[in-house]
Amino acid sequence: MDILLLLTLFVVAIFLGVEIITKVPPTLHTPLMSGSNAISGITLVGALLSAGSGAGMWVNVLGFIAVVLATINVVGGYMVTNRMLAMFKRK
Amino acid sequence: MMSTSIIYLVYLVAAVLFILGIKGLTKPRTAVKGNRLSSLGMLIAVVVTLFDQSILSYQWIIAGIIIGGATGATLASKIQVTSMPQLVAMLNGFGGGASLLIALANFLDPQSATHTIALISIAVTILIGSVTLSGSFVAFAKLQELISGNPIAIPANKLLNGILFVAAIVLSIMIVNNPNDTVLVYLLVAVALVLGLLLVLPIGGADMPVVIALLNSYSGIAAATTGFITGNTVLIVSGALVGASGLILTQIMCKAMNRSLFNVLFGVMAEGGETIDADEVYAGKVKSSSAEEIAMMLETAERVIIVPGYGLAMAQAQHAVRDLANVLEGRGTQVLYGIHPVAGRMPGHMNVLLAEAEVPYEQLIEMDEINPQFEQTDVAIVIGANDVTNPMAREDKGSPIYGMPILNVDKARSVVIVKRSLSPGFAGLPNPLFAMDHTLMLFGDGKKAIVELTQSLKEAD
Repeated sequence: MDILLLLTLFVVAIFLGVEIITKVPPTLHTPLMSGSNAISGITLVGALLSAGSGAGMWVNVLGFIAVVLATINVVGGYMVTNRMLAMFKRK
Repeated sequence: MMSTSIIYLVYLVAAVLFILGIKGLTKPRTAVKGNRLSSLGMLIAVVVTLFDQSILSYQWIIAGIIIGGATGATLASKIQVTSMPQLVAMLNGFGGGASLLIALANFLDPQSATHTIALISIAVTILIGSVTLSGSFVAFAKLQELISGNPIAIPANKLLNGILFVAAIVLSIMIVNNPNDTVLVYLLVAVALVLGLLLVLPIGGADMPVVIALLNSYSGIAAATTGFITGNTVLIVSGALVGASGLILTQIMCKAMNRSLFNVLFGVMAEGGETIDADEVYAGKVKSSSAEEIAMMLETAERVIIVPGYGLAMAQAQHAVRDLANVLEGRGTQVLYGIHPVAGRMPGHMNVLLAEAEVPYEQLIEMDEINPQFEQTDVAIVIGANDVTNPMAREDKGSPIYGMPILNVDKARSVVIVKRSLSPGFAGLPNPLFAMDHTLMLFGDGKKAIVELTQSLKEAD
């Protein structure tokens, strides 16, 4: 894909992120961090492609370790965020 | 097999779900739903990727997902709430580590590392991913107390980091020009890992909230640069969102300490005009009190504000504090909590801790909102907080912390300080609040002191 398009996407997404997260109440600072951390586990998508590619053993091994780390990030991040938010909800 | 267009359309749906999810996380009412939407986005992004035609075998994928999923689930459900800063630091590091490994895998893949853009993206991802990985590892070790939480001085810190950074840039340029030289890539990994170590080692405990927020941002940026390697749109959008969210938190934390990001990263404290002698501030003026005496004071109080700090987390005193608040509320006293944005070791640390003890979040009041209320407060109880209550930040122009926003605890009619000793906080300054006429010190372990206080208050009935 055209690099200029990708750069545009990146810059616009940064501005979008800044706009939607302008005023987070401090109560949610930690869940926002762990929840957004789970989103950064989206690298799992890249890891899957490397782990399953036919480009040779080393690519697969590196991809495999990346899948492990990214999955910990995704599963751990979403679950711990959910756990924290459940504590905030109850009265 | 699915066509690339369909995969990218599904990625677009996932990106929208992430945006809605992260937006939901900014309000308590919508946060749970937001987190669910975002996890749904992740699920569909992962499932659709499994149909990508470049995936030839699934055994590594299945093994990785099982191991990672089980580890993640165990960590998330077993971790103590007091250890939450460590967990967040660790997850940041894993995110950065995953991006680093994907960049390496793409470098070794002859079909991937073909054009200049891919090579530049690989080098940038290796740099940011490695810094995130080793930096988060140091942050984790400090929070877990595997190494000292105090700033670890490194001689010629700024110069050394500058040299490493320039070396990383030079190596990156060389990699783009000599894509067959694997040694250069390993050198870049080594330089960037050392840079991450040196960036976080000199940062002390009280500045941790800034570091954690910054590493959070880096882990997002690393994911986004990974997306540039293969032109993967969902990686770019989601990584950018996380990068932005981390940056905003970093900014909020710096503002709450009245320090620039540069000063935090390089351990620069404002020049303190004259050295302040602790003996001079405290001599003969500090009044030590007992649980019974303070309980008597609390008996007649109409409004009490509790100010928690890192000491509360250290003493695991959150449940004891809630018990005390219950007894007070049972007697008709209004109880509120005054939360400083940088109290604790990560953004929102105190809120999570008190939420675990079932303190309703409506009682956790932000600094700007609680400060005007101290004057109408009978007793302010400070537990394990120090610098964030130091009136020198407001009054003493020569003080290194002058200008830092603080909780105006000293305006309350009476102040109770629960603390182990008179030792200074992170800024190394004596706190004149402890020597004021209306301040009583309750020395001892936070949890034990609060439990005794609750006991005395119950006996008074």
